[in-house]
Amino acid sequence: MTLLPSGPPALLALEDGTIARGAAFGCLRGEGVGEVVFHTGMTGYPEILTDPSYCGQIVLLTYPHAGNYGMPDGDGESSRVQVAGLVVRELCRSRSGARRSARLEQVLEEAGVLAVEGVDTRMITRRLRTRGALRGVLALLPPAVAASPADEQGFGAALMERARAIPLMEGSELTTRVTLSAPEVLEPTAGPPRLCLAALHFGAKRSILAHFVAAGCRVTLLPASASAEQVLDTRPDGVLLSNGPGDPAACSSAVAATRALLGRLPIFGICLGHQILALAAGARTYKLPFGHHGANHPVRDERTGQVSITSQNHGFSVDAASLSGTSMRVTHRSLFDGTVEGIASDELRAYAVQYHPEAAPGPHDAVPLMDEFLARLAHPRPWER
Amino acid sequence: MPRRDDLHTILLLGSGPIVIGQACEFDYSGTQAVRALKAEGYRVVLVNNNPASVMTDPRLADRTYVEPLLPATVERVIERERPQALLATMGGQTALNLAVRLAESGVLERYSVELLGARVETIRMAEDRQLFEQTMRGIGIATPRGGFARSAEQARAVARAIGFPLVLRPSFTLGGSGGAVARSFEELDRAVRWALDQSPAGQVLVEESLLGWKEFELEVMRDRADNAVIVCGIENLDPMGIHTGDSITVAPVQTLSDVEYQAMRDDALKAIRALGIETGGCNIQFAVDPRDGKRRVIEVNPRVSRSSALASKATGFPIAKIAARLAVGYTLDELRNDITQVTPASFEPALDYVVVKVPRFAFEKFPGADDTLTTQMKSVGETMAIGRTFAEALGKGLRALEDGGSGLGLDPQLRDPAAVREALRQARPDRIRVLRDGYRAGLTTEELYALTAIDPWFLNGIRAMVEAEEELRRRCATRGGLPSRAELREAKRLGFSDRQLAALCGVDERTLAEHRRAQGVRPVYKAVDTCAAEFEAHTPYLYSCYEDEDEAPRTDRRKVVILGSGPNRIGQGIEFDTCCVEAALALKQQGIETIMVNCNPETVSTDYDVADRLYFEPLTFEDVMEILHRERPDGVIVTLGGQTPLSLARALEREGVPIWGTPAASIDIAEDREKFYELVVKLGLRLPEGAMATDPVQALQHAARIGYPVLVRPSYVLGGRAMTICDNEDDLRAALAGMTGEGPQGVASRVEFGPGRPLLIDRFLEEALEFDVDLLCDGRQAVICGVMQHIEHAGIHSGDSACILPPLGVQKHVLEAMADAARRLALTLRVVGPMNVQFAVQEDRVYVLEANPRSSRTIPFVSRATGRPVAGLAALLMAGKTLAELEVTEEPPPRHVSVKACAFPYHKFPGSDVYPGPEMRSTGESMGAAFRFGPAFAKAYAGIGEPLPRSGAACLSVREQDRMGLVPVATRLRALGFSLFATEGTAQFLREHGFSLEVLARAGGGSPNVVERILARQLQLVLSTPLGPRARRDDEAIRRACVAAGIPFLTTLEAGLAAVAALRELGDRGGDVLCLQELHERRAQPLAGPVLGVQLRVAADHG
Repeated sequence: MTLLPSGPPALLALEDGTIARGAAFGCLRGEGVGEVVFHTGMTGYPEILTDPSYCGQIVLLTYPHAGNYGMPDGDGESSRVQVAGLVVRELCRSRSGARRSARLEQVLEEAGVLAVEGVDTRMITRRLRTRGALRGVLALLPPAVAASPADEQGFGAALMERARAIPLMEGSELTTRVTLSAPEVLEPTAGPPRLCLAALHFGAKRSILAHFVAAGCRVTLLPASASAEQVLDTRPDGVLLSNGPGDPAACSSAVAATRALLGRLPIFGICLGHQILALAAGARTYKLPFGHHGANHPVRDERTGQVSITSQNHGFSVDAASLSGTSMRVTHRSLFDGTVEGIASDELRAYAVQYHPEAAPGPHDAVPLMDEFLARLAHPRPWER
Repeated sequence: MPRRDDLHTILLLGSGPIVIGQACEFDYSGTQAVRALKAEGYRVVLVNNNPASVMTDPRLADRTYVEPLLPATVERVIERERPQALLATMGGQTALNLAVRLAESGVLERYSVELLGARVETIRMAEDRQLFEQTMRGIGIATPRGGFARSAEQARAVARAIGFPLVLRPSFTLGGSGGAVARSFEELDRAVRWALDQSPAGQVLVEESLLGWKEFELEVMRDRADNAVIVCGIENLDPMGIHTGDSITVAPVQTLSDVEYQAMRDDALKAIRALGIETGGCNIQFAVDPRDGKRRVIEVNPRVSRSSALASKATGFPIAKIAARLAVGYTLDELRNDITQVTPASFEPALDYVVVKVPRFAFEKFPGADDTLTTQMKSVGETMAIGRTFAEALGKGLRALEDGGSGLGLDPQLRDPAAVREALRQARPDRIRVLRDGYRAGLTTEELYALTAIDPWFLNGIRAMVEAEEELRRRCATRGGLPSRAELREAKRLGFSDRQLAALCGVDERTLAEHRRAQGVRPVYKAVDTCAAEFEAHTPYLYSCYEDEDEAPRTDRRKVVILGSGPNRIGQGIEFDTCCVEAALALKQQGIETIMVNCNPETVSTDYDVADRLYFEPLTFEDVMEILHRERPDGVIVTLGGQTPLSLARALEREGVPIWGTPAASIDIAEDREKFYELVVKLGLRLPEGAMATDPVQALQHAARIGYPVLVRPSYVLGGRAMTICDNEDDLRAALAGMTGEGPQGVASRVEFGPGRPLLIDRFLEEALEFDVDLLCDGRQAVICGVMQHIEHAGIHSGDSACILPPLGVQKHVLEAMADAARRLALTLRVVGPMNVQFAVQEDRVYVLEANPRSSRTIPFVSRATGRPVAGLAALLMAGKTLAELEVTEEPPPRHVSVKACAFPYHKFPGSDVYPGPEMRSTGESMGAAFRFGPAFAKAYAGIGEPLPRSGAACLSVREQDRMGLVPVATRLRALGFSLFATEGTAQFLREHGFSLEVLARAGGGSPNVVERILARQLQLVLSTPLGPRARRDDEAIRRACVAAGIPFLTTLEAGLAAVAALRELGDRGGDVLCLQELHERRAQPLAGPVLGVQLRVAADHG
């Protein structure tokens, strides 16, 4: 028995055979199944957990403490917890902070999400770094099994086999799991709309939409499957391609819709939206070994040399070589690994970044990008010209 | 933007002697800057008069001026060296203020010197509260409400406008000197007077108190392309109202959400841009109201700081090194992150561990000083600990303090709830342990929060530790036996030390440790890598934790572990770190793999690129043994880090650890007075008559037999802890009461003595001259490295005494007798490495006071004075080299004079009734070097902020045997235009020799007296040689007055002669500036009598 109260034992089994034992919290009836990714941010777990881009992923937080300040109202990036599971070094059972907030473990419990604490998260991070993102299963250890080391080993091996059977992220179309079923209109926070945006909602983070709404835009949210016509029907000033989960190459209808919109309307893409824009322009995307998930990623604007510290969350990237011959050119690059972080075509008025200008969580360095896009829209609408 | 090619020579300013608020963190930053600029191919000229620093090693900079950090001196350096640029952001507030003065007086313009790192306007904007507030308001950032005052009346006006409590912050001071909190008009008046006194600008900010708000710091860097990053966020566990240097601080920020943290980050970036910090870093402090998240910016330091050193160690991001490169033109994205080697410096480190910094206080050294923690910094050092959780890091940080505790707890006294409430009403150094008592006594987090304003998150972290402790205690009591594997692992993960667990289970530490190891509960080592394992780390900077995977690289080269000196404290500081660093560098050069262990974030030794591998760990037996177990080194060096590693030597040897250098048995002989007495007597050497006592009764008996005055000291202490001179039985009784914890200071002053740790009672040799001798020995041969003569009278701790190298006016046979005695002691003790021997000479008779077969505090001074890298050579001897192989065969002939003077922290402890004595109290030292004694002396004193006066009034008061020697002093003073005063006997004598002067009483004896005149600023120089026991109280009163008035107080005739010699030579320009390289390389004739410029005592006595 532990000295301090803690949850029942749980195992995290990875496809490479790594098995880590910890103490469960959150929803003890649940189970976590998905690709395990690590996030290196030191704050912002509420935003991460509720970010729809994490659909189908078990998130491991490299910062050891989680729950320090509970789950403050309003920090969520969607209306629910989106991750398939959570792995932390230590759950803080006491909270700080002036703002009223729910307890992390309680929110997870209500969301039906299983979490585990007490595992050597750095060890797992190092494995993910060297072996690439791995599929994993997070499950409670039944009491009968926990009593015998041999049984526990067998249980872990079975979990590992299950992990190996999880569909690979490559080829997975996950936006349908987080998009809308019907269009929805968000009116500006104050005053009449200054501009109208149509947003293809692949699992958009609340902060992105909130930024545009606060900037005076009417934002019409469209399901991921919306066609170009449906977009044009909303008579927007510009199109927003949102962030979202899964393999962009699997989003064929969104790519087709975007291709049809290219050149007809200004487009701004974020994260998955960036990848879809690239695919629509004829480039290719590929899976990164372990992705970029963090709040400290330096990105250089290739046009100005300026470096921004950005919030990132992506497992796929645009193949730089494949951009040659397309209308797009690379505008931003990661200073961590040189991968493409932004593309643009001034001619087609299409702009996109792989990272998150809306931050949430993370630094606000790139927030102006969203306003720059709006400034570009201030030109007359194409059908009014 | 690449390196600037228009610059060739860069002048770098250090921070001078260590004082509270400005310690070796600036040696760390300065050393990094020197190395970075050198690596970029610049010619680096350094000015720093702190000989104990690593950066003044003449092998680092191209030109090393150990000269006072004063405008006139620096101007002369500029004139000689003609640098194109000045980097002033590495040397703390001292360097920054100096740069502003050089700019304002037109010196920089006159010599076309460009200020790098921060512009003058920036420094002014950050330092001048009024400008700062305007600037912040301009960018929409709130500062605390308040106003400026240049008088008590103006301060009262502010108080009437915004009410109490108020915080006072004098402009342009370091370490919050002069800062205070006022709760009433009465307190305000007192505080304003003090604050105005402290501020060089005579201006104080009186502002709304943010007592109880949370305090945060951000370390920001920006390059000239306007790229900016936050290197680290630091959260103070202690709320606003306690100086951040005295607060327990935690990195990263723990209790802010991302929304709150990013808003603060936005403010920080706006601030660095508004202040115009374009090439370098700054530290920004914020206060946050816990009730509603309101935020105020408190201050900005446009330079590297104590916090930036901490942030560098906490993240692995070397702020000073990067800042130096930004200053010469690079942008952040052009600089590589050393640790990952593939990513650039333009990023924000991600931590996957928790860092806790714990301040180290030294109130036991300053009886009577106010030990409440306020806005003025009072701590003298700090430890940093890295753990995977807050609890683990806090436990490690506390046990690293070496203050007798073993982590959070183990205090046998259990306070009741009322005592806890009382103890927490005012924050004191022990508050963190009182919190533990609070929980044990049943107080709730809410109550403790109400008492302390420490965020509940931290309180609950401590509560968890206490609950685990109680649960384990309960289980051990009911079940008996030792904890299970799972219990041990959980306790270790909560930061408990073996000693704590052993005490809980009622066994000794060894038993518990063996049990723990048998259960397989061992730490693993993880890397500090700036990136939370996202990239591979190429720099082995490691910390322990109880996890599954170990990352320490395995190597099979010949390797040695160097144990560092832990947190700075009075008596053990930067000098020992310098020794450890020199040793590591020397051994590395020989191809030996070096492994550093230390827990002091301010130091150079904990820079990840000094040794081949760094373990940032507490220097306790447990933590060191685990590292040794993991590393299995060929040797361990325990003699360079001061008392900390030395006190582990015996225990390590018992475990079969190969100790390099002097055998532990010899260390023991030197430390054990009884054995040492025997040895000295056997060698036919002389000691002051003495005896050992294991209880107070015996002590009194011995003292009566030996005869008063006696010097009383405990064994196994450093810095003369609890050493006192007792003139009579009453004095001795009082001292004994203090040591047993019954005195007015209570347990804080308790000193262990008894069987095995006897108290030493020695005859105090009054009127003796004291000497320090440093030597190197390879076991077969011993070579003297330096002989230092104390300028202070006998009875002042050697660490507090100004000294001179080489000795002056000491007869050759006396010097030879000392050298001979030192060599024989070293050979008999089979010393391999360094040894320091202290002597007293009374009427040509040489007495051995003590011998320390370890690196001494004076080794860096000797190294700077002679150009011989003593600590590095010592390390090579320990690695098996011989003196002959190292070509160290004789004492270097002195070619110039080096003087060391000491800096004291009295200004920080105004209530403390203290004076220099056998217990060390200085925090730092300055050095002056010149070809004649006079200028060297003048430089050393100017360097501690007590410059010799050019004119004014001098008071002379000397004992009878010094009177003949006084004539030349008085003559020269008169010739220099000083008006003369003297005490009765001295006056009479001088009148007989044709001087006209005024008589003053000594301290209390009537009016006008010396003390009154000093305090009225009517005296500018005091020479007073000790008049024996009866006058000692007077001497103390005079000393205190001199300290308060900031005027030189000279206590030996030598010092008086030196002072007048210095005055005569200084002239308007204050003497020539000299760099170490020319002093060492110059093929000058060895010094002879006439060069010294002073009449020697011998000559004075006999002629």
